[in-house]
Amino acid sequence: MSDLTEELYRRVYLIRKAEEAIIERYTGDEMKTPVHLSIGQEAVSAGVCYALTPEDQIVGSYRSHGIYLSRTLETDRFFAELYGRVTGIAKGKAGSMHLASKEHGYLGSSAVVGTYIPVGVGAALANRIRGRANWVAVFLGDGAIDEGVFYESLNIACLKRLKVIFVCEDNGLAIHSHAKDRHAYDAITDIARQYPCEVFSSESTVAEEIHALVSRARAQAEESHRPIFLHLKCYRYLEHVGISPDFKFGYRSESEFERWKAVDPVLMQRKLLACKKPEPEIARLERSIDAQIAKSIDLAERSPFPTAEEIHRDVFA
Amino acid sequence: MSGSATAVRRELPYKSAIAEALAISMRRDPSVIVYGLDVPDHKRIFGSTTGLIEEFGPERVFGTPLSEDALTGIALGAALNGLRPVLVHIRVDFMLLGMNQIANMISTYRYITGGNFSAPLVIRAVIGRGWGQASQHSKSMQSIFAHFPGLKVIMPTTPHDMKGMLISAIRDDDPVICLEHRWLYEAVDEVPEGDYTVPIGEPSVIRPGKDLTIVATSWMTVEALMAASILKETGVSVEVIDARTIAPLNMEPIFESARRTRHVIVADTDWVYCGFSAELAAQISQACWGNLRKPVCRIGFEHVPCPTTRPLENLYYPNAETLVRTVEKQLGLSAATNLSGREFYSWSHRFKGPF
Repeated sequence: MSDLTEELYRRVYLIRKAEEAIIERYTGDEMKTPVHLSIGQEAVSAGVCYALTPEDQIVGSYRSHGIYLSRTLETDRFFAELYGRVTGIAKGKAGSMHLASKEHGYLGSSAVVGTYIPVGVGAALANRIRGRANWVAVFLGDGAIDEGVFYESLNIACLKRLKVIFVCEDNGLAIHSHAKDRHAYDAITDIARQYPCEVFSSESTVAEEIHALVSRARAQAEESHRPIFLHLKCYRYLEHVGISPDFKFGYRSESEFERWKAVDPVLMQRKLLACKKPEPEIARLERSIDAQIAKSIDLAERSPFPTAEEIHRDVFA
Repeated sequence: MSGSATAVRRELPYKSAIAEALAISMRRDPSVIVYGLDVPDHKRIFGSTTGLIEEFGPERVFGTPLSEDALTGIALGAALNGLRPVLVHIRVDFMLLGMNQIANMISTYRYITGGNFSAPLVIRAVIGRGWGQASQHSKSMQSIFAHFPGLKVIMPTTPHDMKGMLISAIRDDDPVICLEHRWLYEAVDEVPEGDYTVPIGEPSVIRPGKDLTIVATSWMTVEALMAASILKETGVSVEVIDARTIAPLNMEPIFESARRTRHVIVADTDWVYCGFSAELAAQISQACWGNLRKPVCRIGFEHVPCPTTRPLENLYYPNAETLVRTVEKQLGLSAATNLSGREFYSWSHRFKGPF
């Protein structure tokens, strides 16, 4: 059995390095797709995704590189998709914002906030009708709580006692708007507690702690036959869309960032791993992930674009 | 058509043809579910879901909260996970609350995932009319749905086509929107028993003729048939084509008819401006330009929100009389057909409302 600490570190490191590789190459204008990078939020994607079973399913938002990479550990098709190549996840038709992987139970991600919430609930409904015991994790940002469809979907999931894990990644910002300017209430968890679901929250940036929280929530919800609502505070290091820090615009403070950076998810998980593994072994793991990313990018850059007949393919069955 | 056919002619109302198509589909395939507001209540969506909850139980047939946005997304999620959901709305107008899911998600799903996923789902919705349905209970919106690549849009008119096309829609691996006119619900016609399909995408020549072609949708097909029978008395032979499908539609049978009769009127159950009639007129003009004696003429609702009061509502909707007069004009007939004593809005006396 693989070591939990190492597997989680593998994921947070892979996400961080893949995102940094995008940053390095993005200005080359070869990746023509808006990217919403997960840097700073790795612990949530890694901790939640690794706590799921292979039969569980996932839906995500446009900030979903972390979900895809945690779930699949795959980078060839991922980078090919960002480069718009025919070898990509969706032959270049999806780009960064619509990642999915059928064989990994990753049903998709959307660029319209909140849109995937009911889709995850519908997937859970189908699981129930088809007699499957798996859970569906619905990743949503705190911005999605502002959408009416969130309430509609949470209500229906609770009404029908569906196996849905609502994973609220709360980075405190909807694009550039703070929670205090959007929410008439104090806490998202107060909203969730109005419904019959198991509510858990955490401000941890340690993937292993989030993993433990999800496992605990699952065990409790399996007993109570209720959906799960996880409220997970995290921090987005970069601008909403794009590759740059944006503290100079003054809508958020760099000192806040410094506080979060002191507990950086990659740093924290590495510390845990360092208690178990000698440094050369960790370095070896890191070099192998670096090499995987470099190889995937090289492959993507050399891969062909889709041919003209591809434009009409897959509109209908 | 496939499947069993009986020797005895059997007649059934449109609403029962729908219920029968659903029951046959659910019996054949356990992945079919039917849900939406009031689906299992005592009225059973005007009789179109009658018998389903008794036979298939509350897990596969259920009513819902008033959450159209989520319900539409749930249809997609269920379809991605192996079900064939049928979502029902008692008015098309309510579908606007689920438009994000329809336009941003459902229509794009196969394409945006590079063909890795499909969304086999059906959204049924009823077009209201009469008894003061007004502007929020009377829209049909077929052109709006048909505008999005990736959606199939059907408007069956006859009970026979309704049953066969709904069975086709449920078996289709793509999302299908099925728009059903409320006034057709009591229309009785021959409906074969058992399992059969009518293909999506094919127009139907419902009445052959040689002087002029009327291409109609939904209720306007009923009006076109009435106009055609009136005009026959004065020696004018009108061909009536029921489009049946809005998208994607095989235009060839319509072009063939246009080339033969050389006159076309499009009678759509909708507004004219930017509507399906505009699409048909443009395509017919492009394909049959040299064969047409006159430009394609279009008939539809007055370009105003639907008024409530009956006198204005009567002006809002075109009918067989409108069509007779338009045909006369199109063909340059001097002698106006005598329409005195004829009753129009032929279904109106059978629809007493309130809904």
